[in-house]
Amino acid sequence: MPAFCRDCLVPLETGPRCPRCRSFRVARHPELFDLSIAHMDCDAFYASVEKRDNPELADKPVIVGGGRRGVVSTACYIARIRGVHSAMPMFRALKLCPDAVVVKPRMNVYAEVSRAIRSMMDELTPAVEPLSLDEAFMDLTGTARLHGAPPAVMLARLVRRMRDELGVTGSIGLSHNKFLAKIASDLDKPNGFSVIGQEETLDFLAEKPVSMIWGVGASGQAALDRTGIRTFSDLRRWEERDLIARFGSMGHRLWHLARGQDIRRVSANTPVKSISNETTFHEDTGDAEILDGHLWRMAEKVADRAKAKRRAGRVVTLKLKRADHSLITRRHALREPTQMADTIYATARHLFDQVGQNGRYRLLGVGISEISDAADADVSGDLLDPQAAQRRAAERAADSIRARFGTGAILKGRAMR
Amino acid sequence: MKFSIERGTLLKAVSQAQSVVERRNTIPILANVLIEAEGDQVQFRATDLDIEVVDKTPAQVERAGATTVSATMLHEIVRKLPDGALVTLVDDSAAGRLSVEAGRSHFSLATLPKEDFPVMASSEYHSNFSAKAPELRRLFDKSKFAISNEETRYYLNGVYMHVADGEEGRALRCVATDGHRLARIDAALPAGAEDMPGVIVPRKTVGELRKLLEDDEMDIAVSVSETKIRFATPDITLTSKVIDGTFPDYTRVIPQGNTRKMEVDASDFARAVDRVATVSSERSRAVKLQIDDDRLVLSVNAPDSGAAEEELAVAYSDERLEIGFNAKYLLEIASQVDRENAVFLFNSAGDPTLMREGNDTSAVYVVMPMRV
Repeated sequence: MPAFCRDCLVPLETGPRCPRCRSFRVARHPELFDLSIAHMDCDAFYASVEKRDNPELADKPVIVGGGRRGVVSTACYIARIRGVHSAMPMFRALKLCPDAVVVKPRMNVYAEVSRAIRSMMDELTPAVEPLSLDEAFMDLTGTARLHGAPPAVMLARLVRRMRDELGVTGSIGLSHNKFLAKIASDLDKPNGFSVIGQEETLDFLAEKPVSMIWGVGASGQAALDRTGIRTFSDLRRWEERDLIARFGSMGHRLWHLARGQDIRRVSANTPVKSISNETTFHEDTGDAEILDGHLWRMAEKVADRAKAKRRAGRVVTLKLKRADHSLITRRHALREPTQMADTIYATARHLFDQVGQNGRYRLLGVGISEISDAADADVSGDLLDPQAAQRRAAERAADSIRARFGTGAILKGRAMR
Repeated sequence: MKFSIERGTLLKAVSQAQSVVERRNTIPILANVLIEAEGDQVQFRATDLDIEVVDKTPAQVERAGATTVSATMLHEIVRKLPDGALVTLVDDSAAGRLSVEAGRSHFSLATLPKEDFPVMASSEYHSNFSAKAPELRRLFDKSKFAISNEETRYYLNGVYMHVADGEEGRALRCVATDGHRLARIDAALPAGAEDMPGVIVPRKTVGELRKLLEDDEMDIAVSVSETKIRFATPDITLTSKVIDGTFPDYTRVIPQGNTRKMEVDASDFARAVDRVATVSSERSRAVKLQIDDDRLVLSVNAPDSGAAEEELAVAYSDERLEIGFNAKYLLEIASQVDRENAVFLFNSAGDPTLMREGNDTSAVYVVMPMRV
């Protein structure tokens, strides 16, 4: 059976250990050298970067997240043992793990590490599809001749390089499609290497819960649950047309996924559909000035990202979460796409005013969608707002000052609120 | 209630009613038309709570009375009846039905009690004056294309009708703008309109009003208050709330110092713009104008779909200019010109451009350029 040592990357015959480096970390699978769709997922990425940069944290439980009121972005594996997981409210995480060190996220550092990982992945294949800063799909089909090694070995080399050069670890899932590769990467975390072959696909999925399907959230699961579908075998008992009748277009996908079939390609440039930013406040607030300050900062962040990507959006969305966690979203379509913070802010501000003073809020978010190229953005002026052109010019000027002297070099007064 | 009426007369009254009623409403009675028969005439009343239209028409009334019935359904029925048919409407209030009979066709429609029908509160009007139908038609027809759809600036969702100092004395003026183009149309000030408060007439009202203005000989009685406006012919009365808001100071928007003058045959220009815009992308529809020495080159360059260019002879003697516009805006403005040449007055590629019909200053248009 094909096998190799994940530490020294040499092929093996039999036995549980590598004869050369005595490592137990051996990848072995009948289809090991035939599979080429992979999912790479970094292990507790933000927390690992923090531990790398501050060795004192190495043996402490570390939680990366925003303040007491925020949620956990990432918890390191020590904190995870205590039951902390990402998206958990911080107060609950700290109740479970009072001695945790809470670190504020340093997104630009993570983004830098992510870029380094990306360039390593780009060396393996042009078909890299990042899902976020710390995970990506890769299609290594047909690269074995070029690299002189099968995809599995190249992937093991990738995570080894990430560990050696960047100080972060990742887990690899290797299979014959994206759906299974993503499931596989989660099977053996951290520092894992899992393979799901063609041969075993049906048996592997049989008794697994359908909640494994990416995109089936709590409500989707509840809907499946009501029809008595809990596992993949349950799902397989359904006819395709019945699933479609019940779940719409998702039904078609469910039928195929039940059989471990997924024809989605690994696509290097999935178009951006929206750009958004949101923040959970340190404490609930109904203060108009404070909320206005948040509105501006969110609008500015969205604009910054749009400008960085050379993109613009025609629809502005405002998202608010009340103190009781109920959600309000409002959207407004502009006549032409924009990437200006000034316009995004003014539109979001208008949407905010339409919602009216509605008590206290815990979260505010601003986003743009219906994304298009920056060349189509902000092309016409407004007769009734002759200053708009000047404000745009001022924003561009402030952008170039920030590009040269740093993000804090120049700020709007309302950003300080 | 029982009366008979000729199909054509009924259709005219009912079609006005059905265009006023709200299509998607939550209050069922608002979908209905109130029919009141008395003496030798029948009155049809419809409202969406913002606009009310009352149409009086003679009929052979056998039994006076009133009821309400779905305006769209009645309209559909009458529309499908043969021309020249005599239609008899009989109300059976006990059964809650209105029967509609014409020849061998018989319909029975559900009614709602007339007491539930909301009648718009009458109000005091500040000023009352009379205007010729063609005058009003010109004021609204030439300005309505610039009405904004943007909900955020609701005060632009109509035509601002007010008294202003025109180039030739006091004028009744209509202005509409959506921030990208603006139309300012003047008419001689009718007697009695001097003290009229400026009002923003909503888009839907402008559309309904248009149906009252077809007859060139007709005098329209106009009544205006701070909150309402009423247009009346002997048969039809259209009452509308006006938009509660302040129309922006448009005078600052109309450029005064534009000196670079281009004169072009309006219909040649419109057709050329239309042709080159064919290749433009749906999203931006930008047309570039290059003007140099009595020569105008219109061009569109859409990387995804193609490019187009067309040359036109114009009168232009200023220095070379390159300026971009939204093709749709240019077309709409150029198509307002009836007889004369279109005169464009430019400043720079970033400044608003002014357009008028020949030397006529009673109709002025402004359009904002776009980056090309």
